[in-house]
Amino acid sequence: MKRDLISAADLTRDDAVLILDTAEEMARVADRPIKKLPTLRGRTVVNLFFEDSTRTRISFEAAAKRLSADVINFSAKGSSVSKGESLKDTALTLEAMGADAVVIRHPDSGAPHRLATSGWIGGSVVNAGDGTHEHPTQALLDAFTMRRRLVGVDAGLGKDLAGCRITIVGDILHSRVARSNVHLLTTLGAEVTLVAPPTLVPIGVESWPCEVSYDLDAVLATSDAVMMLRVQRERMNAAFFPTEREYARRYGLDGERMARMPQDAIVMHPGPMNRGMEITAEVADSPRCTAVEQVTNGVSIRMAVLYLLLGGNEPALTTPARTEESK
Amino acid sequence: MSKTLIRGAKVLGGEPQDVLIDGETIAEVGTDLSAEGARVIEADGQILLPGLVDLHTHLREPGREDSETVLTGTKAAAAGGFTAVHAMANTFPVADTAGVVEQVWRLGQESGYCDVQPVGAVTVGLEGKKLAELGAMHESRAGVRVFSDDGKCVDDAVIMRRALEYVKAFDGVVAQHAQEPRLTEGAQMNEGRVSAELGLGGWPAVAEESIIARDVLLAAHVGSRVHICHLSTAGSVEIVRWAKSKGWNVTAEVTPHHLLLTDELVRSYDPVYKVNPPLRTEADVLALREALADGTIDCVATDHAPHPHEDKDCEWSAAAMGMVGLETALSVVQHTMVDNGLLDWAGVADRMSFRPARIGRLESHGRPVSAGEPANLTLHDSAYRGVVDPAGFASRSRNTPYEGRELPGRVTHTFLRGRATVVDGKLA
Ligand SMILES: [Zn+2]
Repeated sequence: MKRDLISAADLTRDDAVLILDTAEEMARVADRPIKKLPTLRGRTVVNLFFEDSTRTRISFEAAAKRLSADVINFSAKGSSVSKGESLKDTALTLEAMGADAVVIRHPDSGAPHRLATSGWIGGSVVNAGDGTHEHPTQALLDAFTMRRRLVGVDAGLGKDLAGCRITIVGDILHSRVARSNVHLLTTLGAEVTLVAPPTLVPIGVESWPCEVSYDLDAVLATSDAVMMLRVQRERMNAAFFPTEREYARRYGLDGERMARMPQDAIVMHPGPMNRGMEITAEVADSPRCTAVEQVTNGVSIRMAVLYLLLGGNEPALTTPARTEESK
Repeated sequence: MSKTLIRGAKVLGGEPQDVLIDGETIAEVGTDLSAEGARVIEADGQILLPGLVDLHTHLREPGREDSETVLTGTKAAAAGGFTAVHAMANTFPVADTAGVVEQVWRLGQESGYCDVQPVGAVTVGLEGKKLAELGAMHESRAGVRVFSDDGKCVDDAVIMRRALEYVKAFDGVVAQHAQEPRLTEGAQMNEGRVSAELGLGGWPAVAEESIIARDVLLAAHVGSRVHICHLSTAGSVEIVRWAKSKGWNVTAEVTPHHLLLTDELVRSYDPVYKVNPPLRTEADVLALREALADGTIDCVATDHAPHPHEDKDCEWSAAAMGMVGLETALSVVQHTMVDNGLLDWAGVADRMSFRPARIGRLESHGRPVSAGEPANLTLHDSAYRGVVDPAGFASRSRNTPYEGRELPGRVTHTFLRGRATVVDGKLA
């Protein structure tokens, strides 16, 4: 049976908890003198990146190597990706090379779904971020970080995020991280609030299982975690907001705002941070900020995902419906 | 002279009658007509319609013969029951000169399957900057009366105003592809709940509606007629309804796919559903059907847009926009309008033949099925049920959203000036 991870929406609560629990096991491996497991020996994982993202690629690469898989890094950026044949032709090449899993990052929303459902390849497909659609392993590592901090490392095992109040702030419209997190966090029982200027909230958001606020100050006191999304400065050129300064004043997290969060509440950031824009240095460097921890946790989560997809127990992950070739 | 007797056909869905074709014209319509000297077609209760007329067809020749040619496109048209199609101007080179429209017209004459009425570009190179030689295209052998930059919107209000005014001199019409360009930069699908989830760039309804609102006001101001291509939203319907209530000279078309499909299908990320304007919501579909039924929307036009396999066999964002539609149009209209009682067959004849012919000012198409009229006719077996199989298409392209779908009805015979172009469901 073929299995993929395309969207956080494909995960049930039990799937997600199993991944988080498995990631805890993987995290313990990292504390051993020998950080490697033999689990995926002889299996091939391809990192297929149509978009630069050294952070994500390195994280998947480390995860696959710690599971003893063979890793091939395939950077397709700069090749003729404007025409779609290249995704198909690249996929056929990878299939010929016997890829057991393809970790794909692509600038176009839906490209991993297309790869998984077009019949071009037989291996598992893991979405490492597609356009402005989803980034499910980022949401999983965020949930993992939250569970460790808000519920507890050992106390959290087997548990979800029921009752946790999570606020996600920033460019929701263009954020695959936000989309995946809304799906996953609500599946895990958390209450999610999105905060952004109205220009950066998608039309149609009212059907999402979360609240939307245009006022950051109004929600800080009731947030167990505040996730600050990266906001590209260029957005102001398309009139999404007037100036960097105005954005930072209205939606940036500074020390004064952080002080109004509950005692144990955490600040999260998927990185890379725009210091001075969505987050001040004071907040970024404070012990409440989990940005570095998130990077570490990313490896554990990606180990868990690869393990469950390629070697692990059924039915850890669900799969989108496949369609026949030449539809 | 060759004679054909169509026996027992429900003319426009009415009581069964016999129709005798003699040469290029309908000689007689009645009961128990003599079959002497005539080839007999037992219609056996099938629906006889005036030959269908399409105001919006992309035949792709010249320039993209890998997706369609005038010959393959007119074969597809005949197979779908059409006897006249308007060939859109966005070819390579663009049909913005008398030379190109005459070339397309001549290729249509040579094909013999369906009359081809070229549409001329409004602006040079579809660039929206400078008027093309509209008069020269009208005076050419192609006799162009419909002008459109389809694929692109004439977004400059002054250029649009001038074009509307200018073509009055020869009873022309500007057919607008209503799409405000700034509001649709990077647009990939309808903007709404589904685009929000899929993370695909939104094509908001207001980008269509704002242009339509502007253009009906402009047409009223200068006293010209304007035609709106492929209306796709409930709001557009309201604007056209309002404009018509004022007595302004506004006509509009809807595509078969906008009468049936919704943006929910995009969840598959299968580019076969990628089209411009995009598939909208269920509420839009219902409003479009109602508007076609009450006549607010004048006609069905296919926006037949062939693309080679490789332009659809890729990820969504890289894929070309458009669907083929000539060979499934009548079935989709039966399914969405007739079988549910919204429109009778006389209404179908009106929306798919009489009115589009009138908008295009075609004299020998869209005529009543009666003695003395040109024998442009379509015989449609409405009882037929079949699954769409693009392998059987006459079109060179296969990019249909209906593959594997059951649709009702089938064109069994098409006559172009008395000559059968389709016999028993097969090209003659
Ligand atoms: Zn168009």
